[in-house]
Amino acid sequence: MNSRIVQWALYTGLFVLYLLHNDLWFWNDSRLVLGLPIGLFYHVCFSIVTAVALYLLVKFTWPRHLEAESEKESAS
Amino acid sequence: MTIIVIFIYLALVLAVGTLSHKLFRGTGEDYFVASRSFGPFLLLMSLFGANMTAFAILGASGEAYHEGIGVFALMASSSGLVIPCVFYFIGTRLWALGKRHGYLSQIQYFRQRYDSDALGLVLFVVIAALMIPYILVGLMGSGLTLNQITDGKLPVWLGGLLVCGVTLGYVTYGGMRGTVWVNTFQVLIFMTFGLAAFWVIFKKLGGLENGMAMVAAKHPELLIRGDKIKPLELLSYTCIPLSVGMFPHIFLHWLTARRAETFRWTVVFYPLCIAIVWIPSVLLGVLGSVDFPDLKGPAANSVLVNMIGLYAPGILAGFLAAGVLSAIMNSVDSQTLAISTMFTQDIVCHYRFNDKMTEKQEVWFGRLFTFAVIAATYLLSLVVNRSIFKISVWTFSGFAAMFPVVVAAVFWKRSTKYGALASIASVVILWIYFFTSGTETIGTGGVMPVAVMLLVSAAALIVVSLLSKPPADHVLQKFFHQG
Repeated sequence: MNSRIVQWALYTGLFVLYLLHNDLWFWNDSRLVLGLPIGLFYHVCFSIVTAVALYLLVKFTWPRHLEAESEKESAS
Repeated sequence: MTIIVIFIYLALVLAVGTLSHKLFRGTGEDYFVASRSFGPFLLLMSLFGANMTAFAILGASGEAYHEGIGVFALMASSSGLVIPCVFYFIGTRLWALGKRHGYLSQIQYFRQRYDSDALGLVLFVVIAALMIPYILVGLMGSGLTLNQITDGKLPVWLGGLLVCGVTLGYVTYGGMRGTVWVNTFQVLIFMTFGLAAFWVIFKKLGGLENGMAMVAAKHPELLIRGDKIKPLELLSYTCIPLSVGMFPHIFLHWLTARRAETFRWTVVFYPLCIAIVWIPSVLLGVLGSVDFPDLKGPAANSVLVNMIGLYAPGILAGFLAAGVLSAIMNSVDSQTLAISTMFTQDIVCHYRFNDKMTEKQEVWFGRLFTFAVIAATYLLSLVVNRSIFKISVWTFSGFAAMFPVVVAAVFWKRSTKYGALASIASVVILWIYFFTSGTETIGTGGVMPVAVMLLVSAAALIVVSLLSKPPADHVLQKFFHQG
């Protein structure tokens, strides 16, 4: 797949995560899930999903040019 | 016994910091950024530790005591998304520029990027003014913690003094390397002991579900967001973690990375580290409302310490206090080092020595300013009385509102020094207005002042940049590479 498309797909994914952070749907729900109030449980899951999304980001869209640029300049 | 454990812990911290001096190379670059030599693990630990202040440990539990579980969504999970993105998009690029041009402070970068001494000076004043309350948060938290955990045997002033003395010892002796070694040791300590406190307390209560059932019986409103947190407040609070883009101590930690690749671990694991620290803090704060129902205002900041005293007395209480102290000290040290770096590099070296200090002078001025900053903030901590959480939010708001300046500096060639100055001026004016008028939210929707400050700051930067003369070609060639 084109790396540009992957890059924008991941950026879009981050934005979707940002929107999902605002969980209006559990606002007044006090049910417990695995001992945690569902509003808190949701955000614990959110943190795990964020870590996975960031893993994909650094794996597929790492700005490799920065390394080369800084090394080239430092050497010169 | 508790006091003995605390003293042993502080001695260990001092020993770790002192040990790092064996690798000291005697240069300014080594003292301020550890010769840009750190790998992924140390970078993650130091960046995470530098961001976890008394705000995360004591302030979070205190706020959860009043506002409930919504505090986690407000500050923790949003930070877990926003902060690594700032590291990824901004931190890696500033690391590369810092390595390329040999920067030792944030102001050096902005001064050269916008080719303006005036901008550097204005930024220095604004950043120093915002950082002092942030360091205060840590010192106030340390005195309070030691006082509470020892049942008042160590007075608040003496606890704060002790922490200042130890921090001063390893920062002045070990510089950035000492600070990061100690940070790493302390992050591991506060994560371990935070989880231990959580496990011990909830075990005594018969498990998480029982503990939450006790809260549900007495304070069900703490298990939902309800009216305590408004949807727009949650949305606008996501602006606050942007502050890491402008924190001088975070900039300094970015510069310590050996390679750009070093940032990978930090970006991925940051949200998980935040969750590990904040979940126990928030849950213990909420649970504290059952055992300590009458804590008013800032008094709730001591709820975590009270819980430890009630459920885990003796040696364990000492260990847990050490965990809280670690979290506090490893942000105070980084912040103090950053401010002393700014005084040394951006004021003394730039204006007094024309950017030509000897390595020895750089190191000694760094040490002198570290002492001065710690001494001044310690004295201030004795007379200030304000909620730890509230102070932090105002500090974060100021830095977050200046975020457009760093974004424009890194990505927007057309941004100018006048645009940056207009942006900073708008932040200063609005910050003073909101702070002095005691505005916590705007209107009835719960919008945080930081959101308005950020929008105005971005608009001022864009409009004034477009109205002013474009930056010179030699500046653009230095900071924006083709191809």
